[in-house]
Amino acid sequence: MSTRWSWPSKDATRLPYRVYSDPEIYEREQERIFCGATWNYVALEAEIPEPGDFKRSFVGDRSVVVLRAEDKSVHVVENRCAHRGAQFCQTHLGKMREIMCPYHQWTYDLTGRLIGVPFRRGVKGQGGMPTTFKLEEHGLRRLNVACRNGVVFASFASDIEPLEEYFSVEILKLFDRVFDGRSLKVLGYSRQLTPANWKLVIENIKDPYHASLLHVFLLSFGLNRADQPNRLVIDPSGRHAAGMTWRGEQKRTTENAEMRSLIEDLKLHDPSMLAPVKEYEQYTIVLMTIWPNLVIQQQSNTLAMRQLVTRGPEAFELAWTFFGYADDDEAMTQRRLRQANLMGPAGFVSIDDSEVMAFVQQGVRQAPEADGVIEMDGAGWEAETPHAVTEGEIRAMYAHYRRVMEL
Amino acid sequence: MEGGRRRPREDAAALRPALEDFYAEYLGCLNEERFEEWPEFFTEDCLYKIVPRENFERGLPLATWLCESKGYLKDRVVAIRKTAVYAPRYIRRIVSGIRILRQDRDEIEVRADYAALETLLDELTRVFNVGVYHDVIARGDDGLKFRQKICVFDSTLVPNSLIYPL
Repeated sequence: MSTRWSWPSKDATRLPYRVYSDPEIYEREQERIFCGATWNYVALEAEIPEPGDFKRSFVGDRSVVVLRAEDKSVHVVENRCAHRGAQFCQTHLGKMREIMCPYHQWTYDLTGRLIGVPFRRGVKGQGGMPTTFKLEEHGLRRLNVACRNGVVFASFASDIEPLEEYFSVEILKLFDRVFDGRSLKVLGYSRQLTPANWKLVIENIKDPYHASLLHVFLLSFGLNRADQPNRLVIDPSGRHAAGMTWRGEQKRTTENAEMRSLIEDLKLHDPSMLAPVKEYEQYTIVLMTIWPNLVIQQQSNTLAMRQLVTRGPEAFELAWTFFGYADDDEAMTQRRLRQANLMGPAGFVSIDDSEVMAFVQQGVRQAPEADGVIEMDGAGWEAETPHAVTEGEIRAMYAHYRRVMEL
Repeated sequence: MEGGRRRPREDAAALRPALEDFYAEYLGCLNEERFEEWPEFFTEDCLYKIVPRENFERGLPLATWLCESKGYLKDRVVAIRKTAVYAPRYIRRIVSGIRILRQDRDEIEVRADYAALETLLDELTRVFNVGVYHDVIARGDDGLKFRQKICVFDSTLVPNSLIYPL
């Protein structure tokens, strides 16, 4: 890492724009964050219910395969043949009896152990592998796996704390609120490629300040607004966070007078799109960021995992998996599908975010020497904040980031 | 289909010019960004969806864009005009290979390939979205209207955001 620059402030109130475009920083993030001591979201168990089912997924920019073995255990291996490096898995979802690389047909079992090498003993006494070659030394690279209530996480690190500890008490409680042990049902996928650095999407979720200003749709319908009750929670390490809100009314008050984009008389031609029913005891919206690659969305009745896949310093893929519960009735599934209109690459709300992230990338790319200002609500952060007029979650994330990155 | 419900076979050739016109008008409306007129190409109880092929082929019900009535289409127009924040763009749609799968007295089932090209500020025009229209067109006294239009697109990825209809 070049030492031509240093972080502009002791605290996290200044954010050097180079973190969004510098290839050296990106490489270090891959090594220390995604391939480091982090639990990365890779799949829902509902996507691979039976032995032999697999899902192609990602940790950072590395492709991995999530597999269900014969004994129903879940395994995650790097999608890279141990022989010549071919990505053997070329589909998102499927079923296989064993893993076979098409190039030289090296074969692995569903846990990633090498079980077959063609012509290992040679052909007609000629060629073949040396007698010292041992199958057990050439398996696929296996990741650590942790499953909790149907959600699969993986880590390249071998010495990492258990998932529950990694989450911390408060975040775990909120995780279990949606993933309470009920079986899940996948409703479908939406994937978008956004021309912006991966951290911007995490920051966007950790930034309740923008929601009342940018999202005309959201604030006009009172779905999420600064004058509504808000609660923010940050885990002790600063890396994970959750924002909770309760739905408010669609009206202009002295509290929302500064929200210039609020349209008081905005009405839906077909209100069935926004006809949520109360589903959980507390909060109408909970958005969680699980460091480093997951956003869990519970927006009224839409539930989605947003998996972040880095694609170099200046692009990321956001892979949305929308889901419900296996015991949902038809009406609930309809609600989830209708309200999904708010989210994803064509979402009434999320369009604004993906577009604005691209605007940010365009600006920060041209001035890596400049700094962003993250000063709303002070210079530090609290474990718990009872309002949305803060950038504390972003500061907390960068405090953690700087420790791990040694920047 | 039986008992005179189906129009005579030679009708397909007679129908084609009207159908070609209908698609040309539809694309013209969108390509010229006359979005307020767009819902008028649909019946009141229409179904309009934009769906990734991976969902469509696996029978997964999620759409990237779901409209279950003409009202929903109008709400999308409100978003385009009033609520959504996005970079200026041109989207140009091209349709080709209109196939008539079925034609009855009151509706026509059509499949057609489409491509949408996107032009953003300071960038070259790029392929934005390519796929197949799965359409059901109602034949009423007021002409042809989409009763169903499902745009199934090939790529798993949307280049950032999908703001204008296809």
